[in-house]
Amino acid sequence: MAELNFINTDFEMRSLDTMCVNESELKHPFWYNLKYFFAGVLFGIILVKSEVISWFRIQEMFRLQSFHMYGVIGSAVVVGALSVLLIKKFNIKSLYGEPIVFISKKYSKGQVIGGLLFGFGWAITGACPGPLFAQIGAGSTVVIVTLLSAIAGTWVYGYYRDKLPH
Amino acid sequence: MNFIEWIKQPWPWYVAGPLIGLTVPLLLLIGNKSFGVSSSLRHVCAVLLPANIRFFKYDWKKEVWNLFFAAGIICGAFLVSHFLSNPQPTIVDSDLVEELQQFGISNYNELMPPEIFNWKALLSVKGLIMIVVGGFLVGFGTRYAGGCTSGHAIMGLSTMQLPSLIATISFMAGGFIVANLVLPFILKL
Repeated sequence: MAELNFINTDFEMRSLDTMCVNESELKHPFWYNLKYFFAGVLFGIILVKSEVISWFRIQEMFRLQSFHMYGVIGSAVVVGALSVLLIKKFNIKSLYGEPIVFISKKYSKGQVIGGLLFGFGWAITGACPGPLFAQIGAGSTVVIVTLLSAIAGTWVYGYYRDKLPH
Repeated sequence: MNFIEWIKQPWPWYVAGPLIGLTVPLLLLIGNKSFGVSSSLRHVCAVLLPANIRFFKYDWKKEVWNLFFAAGIICGAFLVSHFLSNPQPTIVDSDLVEELQQFGISNYNELMPPEIFNWKALLSVKGLIMIVVGGFLVGFGTRYAGGCTSGHAIMGLSTMQLPSLIATISFMAGGFIVANLVLPFILKL
């Protein structure tokens, strides 16, 4: 019973954060995760080659001086949306035969307040979380400090979560 | 121009954007995973310092794929910068060049201006704000918003979610405010 409770709380906690609710019931050996490593490698290559991890490109974006970032994000959304549409229409299953699940995100004040705060940080550091990892890989070693600070920020949010408006 | 020279150039938006978009179906198809990077920061907290905080008490082993993905990003970026990097300085809008000039930023050889993002800068107020405070805002803000550019702007908008549109507009609003109204004062320090 105690364990059941734990599992339930666990799911409840995870569902509060829309980013980690994709529940796969399948159990795989550890090395199955390597495919996500390779997906990450591809993503990292694209991030660097498209210069979206460049501090200068982010400054251009927020000053409306270049179309580049808008083109990248816009066309990524179009391709992503078309793929999702096709997956839904043809009921395409995952590699392991599971139906693909999409979970609806719920509105919270966090999307506005947290969103603004993240925007502030994005303009200063020129990085969102993905590019933080890419900048480190590309040789800007001091960004390790930025990443540690971002982890600290996440922790502090978790600590004060109950007191913040949502 | 041979293939290697060609691929070393920066990729235009209409090549990079669709490739980033394809990450969405790739992750869904190889394991039913929702694209999103900022969760990795939460998992690091859950692994290293859960400190009995409810938000970090979950079975992070189920989410470890996200950390593999993040590690892959570091390696992919490392590979590119060592074997396929663009030898030319970044071509930046002339208005921005002019603006940054007055703050002593004129080196465009790397993706980050080395005048700001270097280890010694951590000893200055400007560097502390740019590196430490900026990073803190990224981590705190993305988790509060429930996602970042990948989770909300790309995955969320691809699945037509209104909360993600609200989040994306807030990201952009925050960025516009700070880049135009606040950053000049920080860079002047």
